[in-house]
Amino acid sequence: MSALTREETEALIQEVLEVYPEKAKKDREKHLAVNDQSIEQSKKCITSNRKSLPGVMTIRGCAYAGSKGVVWGPIKDMIHISHGPVGCGQYSRAGRRNYYVGTTGVNTFGTMNFTSDFQEKDIVFGGDKKLAKLITEIEQLFPLNKGISVQSECPIGLIGDDIEAVSKKAAKEIDKPVVPVRCEGFRGVSQSLGHHIANDAIRDWVLPRREGKPFEGTPYDVAVIGDYNIGGDAWSSRILLEEMGLRVVAQWSGDGTIAEMEKTPYVKVNLIHCYRSMNYIARHMEEKYNIPWMEYNFFGPTKVAESLRAIAALFDDKIKEGAERVIAKYQPLMQAVIDKYKPRLQGKRVMLYVGGLRPRHVIGAYEDLGMEVVGTGYEFGHNDDYDRTIKDMGNATLLYDDVTGFEFEEFVKKVKPDLVGSGIKEKFIFQKMGVPFRQMHSWDYSGPYHGYDGFAIFARDMDMTLNNPCWGKMQAPWLKKPEAEAEQKAA
Amino acid sequence: MALRQCAIYGKGGIGKSTTTQNLVAALAEAGKKVMIVGCDPKADSTRLILHSKAQNSVMELAAEAGSVEDLELEDVLSVGYGGIKCVESGGPEPGVGCAGRGVITAINFLEEEGAYDDELDFVFYDVLGDVVCGGFAMPIRENKAQEIYIVCSGEMMAMYAANNIAKGIVKYANSGSVRLAGLICNSRNTDREDELIMALAAQLGTQMIHFIPRANAVQHAEIRRMTVIEYDPTHKQADEYRALARKIVDNKKFVIPTPITMDQLEALLMEFGIMEAEDESIIGKKAAELAA
Repeated sequence: MSALTREETEALIQEVLEVYPEKAKKDREKHLAVNDQSIEQSKKCITSNRKSLPGVMTIRGCAYAGSKGVVWGPIKDMIHISHGPVGCGQYSRAGRRNYYVGTTGVNTFGTMNFTSDFQEKDIVFGGDKKLAKLITEIEQLFPLNKGISVQSECPIGLIGDDIEAVSKKAAKEIDKPVVPVRCEGFRGVSQSLGHHIANDAIRDWVLPRREGKPFEGTPYDVAVIGDYNIGGDAWSSRILLEEMGLRVVAQWSGDGTIAEMEKTPYVKVNLIHCYRSMNYIARHMEEKYNIPWMEYNFFGPTKVAESLRAIAALFDDKIKEGAERVIAKYQPLMQAVIDKYKPRLQGKRVMLYVGGLRPRHVIGAYEDLGMEVVGTGYEFGHNDDYDRTIKDMGNATLLYDDVTGFEFEEFVKKVKPDLVGSGIKEKFIFQKMGVPFRQMHSWDYSGPYHGYDGFAIFARDMDMTLNNPCWGKMQAPWLKKPEAEAEQKAA
Repeated sequence: MALRQCAIYGKGGIGKSTTTQNLVAALAEAGKKVMIVGCDPKADSTRLILHSKAQNSVMELAAEAGSVEDLELEDVLSVGYGGIKCVESGGPEPGVGCAGRGVITAINFLEEEGAYDDELDFVFYDVLGDVVCGGFAMPIRENKAQEIYIVCSGEMMAMYAANNIAKGIVKYANSGSVRLAGLICNSRNTDREDELIMALAAQLGTQMIHFIPRANAVQHAEIRRMTVIEYDPTHKQADEYRALARKIVDNKKFVIPTPITMDQLEALLMEFGIMEAEDESIIGKKAAELAA
């Protein structure tokens, strides 16, 4: 149960909306809701995936961020060209902590920035020749690359460069895939369209490459889709699937390779972690290759066990037994983690504001530690995300879509959670307000948080943040009230 | 005399570049210090002054040198007939890149490099026919051209374009000091052309500053990459350009135009017999239906 009643939460939303001009108020009102588990369709209570209002300090990214930063960037053996001026690539370089195995600059390129560094003359005369030259140079300097993707920045779409033609020609010349991605930042209302565009590019330029070629399959082949291996998340997930007897053919796209992606149409099931960013390709493979897909959740032992059993249910007894074996093996370890941290975290309240799958997926992990998520929202979610969230959140909790800087601060001031989980832009604001904070995009340079191993780290991190002694020292000594001091002395 | 900056607009192919260069030659002949800035990727706004095919443009040179910051003013500025200074903004071939950005870059460069010095009397911007994007409106933004001359003829599309350009001027006139200074009628020998353009000018709130008759001498000079003023100063066509030049020097009529609606324009064309009254009963009817 939330500390606030339904009426109180509704009143809070109205109070926060009060400062907006009429038009903005009307718009923002639709994005804020009090959760009601009895609602089946989220569209009845919350609006999402709409253009942000000017001036509200939205936390969203752009289509380029969705394609280059999320979907394509982690494919480690390809080189991803940030095509356009230098800033987009450089300021997003290596920021997402997609871990990978390999020798950077030799056979893997994840943390490097490749850009066509557009100048005025490239805008005026077009950048196609420069792109072609860049691809040739990449091939000479980094011959072990397995392919190239061209991630369009805004100007490419504005000046109408024909990156498709350049890519096709270059692909022939270097005899490797060269994939043009039209993810210009101005397209769509958030990074979400970038995910979709990136998925479509994989559909059109990657998946057909191995059609009809021989593949030595097993009945237990699966692909992990929508795990970006942040802090090693995909690794701590993959081992569980393998331990229960499945063969992970491909990882999309954390620590992933283009060869794995090309082989994905041969798997038996696609396992989707981040539904938001990769449901498109899963649906495509279902339609075209008849591959079923299912969503799973590897945050916290309860959800992990639930997911392992649900995955196993798609296979034979061997796998079902395997799942039980894995669960039985890790359960005592998890119980030890819970026994250690739950007493320190029990009853603590959390507010989240993140992207992708986390606003709903991490709820179970907090609940395993006796904590409660009292407010959550998506940067760029759609209705289907909120559909999946309503059941996971308690009644009368807060839902906020594309929350504004002002709203988020006000909600935190009034709801007074014990912990806020959001991104780097929010971190210091809340810490200065004296509220414990965890970055839930990058795991605050920690992780992994997925799987059983990840939960142990997750629990430790939440404890060390929440129970950090610094939170008791937020007031300067000379500002402390004399009575408090007297009490301290008495004690 | 303070520097006057003028921009020449008009429908593509109407004769803007030819008219501008003949006009500028006439001004130079009269002792004025003039500069032409070609704002068209074709870079053909200065060829009659320089007797060249196409001048090296700012953007071409910038691309060679690396960036526009690597250029000096003397690299891009050529001096031709009558001491006329010539600059071409240049830009990409058709179908690639962004020509509008080229115009913006080139004009910014000229300003930063101090091309508009105190000795100049006139700067003329010769702008690509259709103002397709913001870049081609650059010459009429704040602190640049204050006088706009529209070259047109008695043909329907030329007048349609003139009216559209007037609409564009209104936008910038309200936020700055740019004004419509007149229509230049470059004759195509249509019936009652002068009266028609005068009537259009009146409706737009401006004037037909000069009527330039059609003359083969212009083409004869052009084949030799010269203006009429230089090729055959005694020809009566040269006097026409001299008259236009004089009128522009003396021009005081700078207005915020009052563009007309499509209906008004059509009414004007019907009045002069260029267009027939629309028969609404035949719209959307196929030949077979009309025959029945």
